[in-house]
Amino acid sequence: MKAKVTLENTQTLEVEVMRKCSVEEVIKETPDTYTLMLKPLDKKEYNFVPGQFNMLYAFGVGEVPISLSGDPDEKRLIAHTVRIVGAVTNALVNTRKPGFIGLRGPFGNGWPLEKAKGKDVIIVAGGIGLAPLRPAIYYVLKHRKEYGKFFFLYGARTPNDLLYKKELKEWKSRFDMDTFITVDAGDEKWTGNVGVVTTLFKRIRLDPDNTYAFVCGPEIMMKFTVLELRNQGLTDDKIYISMERNMKCGMGLCGHCQFGPYFVCKDGPVFSMDQINRFFGRREV
Amino acid sequence: MSSQQKTYFALDAEMFGNIIDVLKDLGYTVYGPTERDGAIVYDVLDSAEQIARGLYDEQSPGRYKLVKKNDKRYFGYVVGPQSPKYVLYPPQHLLFKVRKDGKTFIPQSDGKKIAIVGLRPCDLKAIEILDNVLLKGPYKESVYEALRKDAVFIAVNCVEPGNNCFCTSMNTGPFAQSGYDICITEFLTDRSHVFILDVMTNRGAEVVNRLGCRNATAEELDAVSRLMEEAKNKVRKRLNTENLKDDLYKNIEHPNWNEVGNRCLACGNCTLVCPTCFCSSVFDKSSLSMDVAERWGLWDSCFSIDYSYIHGGSIRQSIMSRYRQWLMHKLATWVDQFGTFGCVGCGRCITWCPVGIDITEEANRVRG
Repeated sequence: MKAKVTLENTQTLEVEVMRKCSVEEVIKETPDTYTLMLKPLDKKEYNFVPGQFNMLYAFGVGEVPISLSGDPDEKRLIAHTVRIVGAVTNALVNTRKPGFIGLRGPFGNGWPLEKAKGKDVIIVAGGIGLAPLRPAIYYVLKHRKEYGKFFFLYGARTPNDLLYKKELKEWKSRFDMDTFITVDAGDEKWTGNVGVVTTLFKRIRLDPDNTYAFVCGPEIMMKFTVLELRNQGLTDDKIYISMERNMKCGMGLCGHCQFGPYFVCKDGPVFSMDQINRFFGRREV
Repeated sequence: MSSQQKTYFALDAEMFGNIIDVLKDLGYTVYGPTERDGAIVYDVLDSAEQIARGLYDEQSPGRYKLVKKNDKRYFGYVVGPQSPKYVLYPPQHLLFKVRKDGKTFIPQSDGKKIAIVGLRPCDLKAIEILDNVLLKGPYKESVYEALRKDAVFIAVNCVEPGNNCFCTSMNTGPFAQSGYDICITEFLTDRSHVFILDVMTNRGAEVVNRLGCRNATAEELDAVSRLMEEAKNKVRKRLNTENLKDDLYKNIEHPNWNEVGNRCLACGNCTLVCPTCFCSSVFDKSSLSMDVAERWGLWDSCFSIDYSYIHGGSIRQSIMSRYRQWLMHKLATWVDQFGTFGCVGCGRCITWCPVGIDITEEANRVRG
């Protein structure tokens, strides 16, 4: 029997302990991005809330924060989507049995999915920013009746950089969500939208008093997405973004992830715009 | 010093060494101020002989100098480049070892009990602030906790504050208010040399009971009160903390950030000497055969370019932004995070800045 996902913060002191995981499957998403399916060898059930992240450790190389990108109802395998950007991510993606990946987590808060119940939801993702949003999409679709209209806007650099192509296709074909996908630059086979993700906003009309927005992507993309959402009348308390900073401990102790008065790892990574509008979009804060 | 309910003890200077001996007998590893490489540092003491007697420090922005005087004063200097975090949260600490098969070894505390003698009131406050940061959140810093838990603090009131001290502005000194087991005031005249002891805790009482102290006389307590009044007035540097947080938040784009950014070398000295700077990093290393890997914790500084590194580059590229992060953290965001300032007014960052940048001046400029 599957345990019900609670949307409360599930942090316990257990997160400090590194759990050894085997890599059960490696799914190539784009030329440099892979989804790793991890299985904890202690066989304990793993619970998380959409929007949370784990610290993943590659033996002898180092540890990096990676968003949970899988279905929160899936308790056996834990999904992380990793883009190879350095030594640790490279080592993680190339870990095979009998090698292991060390996992600490889950850390952080998560998307306010409970609060958004009964309302419309718009999810806007840029590039690999879709990874921490995919669990939220799964959740909304699984509890579809509890939400109003559901918009999903996704932009990537090129068609090759789109994540989760199979699911994108499925989501596009659904009648209970409005999916719009765009790329900055198309290729010879691309027949969809071309342009940055904010260009998709002219296709939709949001009900500002009744809509929650969840946004994740590069900071510049989030900055302009927030402007579009405000243009459509959304107030800052209904706009949520997932921030990225250098997270080393995940526990608010090492100081690296500070963003104004917040520790992104424990106070975030999801913030409402009215929490952070004093700092968001300022250079080098 | 009101003597209505409390008993204050007096210890003649010849007997002072007993404190160290008693602490050692009680099983403590005793740290105290001793001279090394021309500066006062906290080091392990075998006896009171190692305490830097007769030494005085001269401090000004970017300058520190020890001067020898021909007296027997034990605590004639104020704070040196080391703060108690060197002892309680060592600059490098092993976090765990892990074998290739995933078996993990977490170092266990060796049960070492620490006593620090000669802590200044600002440093006591700094420990209180570190407790807040490292022990009171949802998670605890286990290395700090193990060393901090049973530590005994023998504080020393500052009767001769330094030039860079601004503890009266931060309400942390020059006299200890809390956080100590025993607090000492050194009282040296031509005729006498005594220590007046104020005992706060049972652990402190345990030590004092073994010392063979006498009760302090009324005259001695009066003299101490006078010393305290005088010392307060000797703290000249000021930082007006009223509305400081809001003023800094309002001036996050003030042109002075650029100006100080041009002078700052981003060397990180201020963060290493700061008694409350707690940022740390980890580094992983493995044996050549790749059989065993270790993870070490290491102090880090928000002045390093790597500190804010995420894929694609560092968030804080300019020195201006790193200085701003540091000062704003100490005097503004810390208040939102932990309810107090992250600054105790010890003045170390001013003394040990190679170009003499003064946090009190910069905060005032940014407000102006």
